Amino acid sequence: MKPQRCVAQGLFEWPSDEPTVSGSRCDSCSFVTFPAQDACPRCGAVATTPIQLARTGTLWTWTRQRFQPKNPPYIGTEPASEFQPYGVGFIELPEGRIEARIAGDIDQELRIGMPMELTVVPFATDADGTEVLTYAFRPIES
Amino acid sequence: MDDVAIIGVGLHPFGRFPGTSAIEMGAKAARSALADAGITWKDVQFAFAGSYEVDNPDAVVNYLGLTGLPFTDVYNGCATAASALSQAANTIRLGEYDIGMAMGMDKHLPGAFAADPVQYGVPSWYGETGLFLTPKFFAMKIQRYMYDFDITPPTLARVAAKNYRNGARNPNAFRRQELSEEAILQSPMVNDPLTQYMFCSPNEGAAAVVLCRAEIAHRFTAAPIYLKASVVRTRRLGAFEVHSPWVPPERADSPTVDASRAAYEIAGLGPEDVDVVQLQDTDAGAEVIHMAENGFCKDGEQEALLSAGGTEIGGSLPINTDGGLISNGEPIGASGLRQIHELVLQLRRASGDRQVPGTPRVGYSQLYGAPGTAGVAIVST
Repeated sequence: MKPQRCVAQGLFEWPSDEPTVSGSRCDSCSFVTFPAQDACPRCGAVATTPIQLARTGTLWTWTRQRFQPKNPPYIGTEPASEFQPYGVGFIELPEGRIEARIAGDIDQELRIGMPMELTVVPFATDADGTEVLTYAFRPIES
Repeated sequence: MDDVAIIGVGLHPFGRFPGTSAIEMGAKAARSALADAGITWKDVQFAFAGSYEVDNPDAVVNYLGLTGLPFTDVYNGCATAASALSQAANTIRLGEYDIGMAMGMDKHLPGAFAADPVQYGVPSWYGETGLFLTPKFFAMKIQRYMYDFDITPPTLARVAAKNYRNGARNPNAFRRQELSEEAILQSPMVNDPLTQYMFCSPNEGAAAVVLCRAEIAHRFTAAPIYLKASVVRTRRLGAFEVHSPWVPPERADSPTVDASRAAYEIAGLGPEDVDVVQLQDTDAGAEVIHMAENGFCKDGEQEALLSAGGTEIGGSLPINTDGGLISNGEPIGASGLRQIHELVLQLRRASGDRQVPGTPRVGYSQLYGAPGTAGVAIVST
């Protein structure tokens, strides 16, 4: 098995059979942010507590990223001819709407309102062969 | 009471110009605005210039004249030109100067913008994982809007076809070839539901506007255009915005709605008073949404309004008469002043083949872009 790494420390809890994404809750007004940050964008307080966000929700909107993003900031290094398009969406969780890649076949049917769950996917490979992982949501099989 | 007048407008065509720098394009636009106002650079008492690619657009003085004037550079995302215009107008309102210039210039590489997300207040992983992209935000915004308000893909194609048609009548436009709705719908899908020909492209160009204290405008022209309002707003908590991986459960209107309401109030006018409109059409969906966000129709009414040709040059609400961003492209620093240039020509009834019929009195322009910044200007005869 190839070595793997998370794209950013503290972005999501992994390895886990049920991975979760990390956010923060304001100690003053309880406002939830993602990603976690130390200042509250609602009340301006500078004390927040880390939380794990819900791992299921519904698809609020979506698109498909069909052209290869420029590197940098994208870290995919595949030739343009080998670029694999991916889905992107906002998933409505109890705490708010989170933007994510959508895991699964690019041509899978996506519908606003469909149930989604969190997963972790490889999306790029470092020069030394290490697979880079990020969080994503996938449709829940009915 | 009117306090600020526009007495000159100038433009360097929008497109791609190998070998010509952004600063040179800015100088050309400035000279064209000076000639239009019938003044020289020495008469300009202060200036504001906007650019994304050029750190110091004030270096345009190397070509226009080193007169020592106070000259301030501004950058404010896609609302850069609106910020230059607002600052110039406010400088006149402060009473310190009578005549000033707002200009914008840019020279972008082809393709979607790429930047460091950290500079936009979001972490590096957002860019590393391929999420720091403006086109997919606009795609997701119109995708949800179409679901909520029953807008169909042919309506998006109508918007783009109309803007190419208008651009074909504009000698300064970048894309001047008419495209059928069918060709637009069948062009490659870029970010569902938006196809290649529904998007504008970052490109090159410059625009400039000469402003003066309204009381002295008649020294320069028999038909000044008055700047009734020029407003910039940023996103509030709860708005669905570009370059933001999180939207809280609470909902807020977009900064365009806030800027629009403020501009109408300052101008003492409403959408029913507006005769010609320039909206930010980063993509065809953005124009559809911005029609409602700026008060020109209710959410969902776009479908019927567009199929009846309501936003064509001869329609009840002409929008993007010069082809908009879809036909002109977007040199960020200049884009909003290109809108003002077109509105001024329309209100002077000097727009040639693309002139709206009758006697238009009030023009309206709107900008929107990263990272959730909007600008609205209202001008009138």
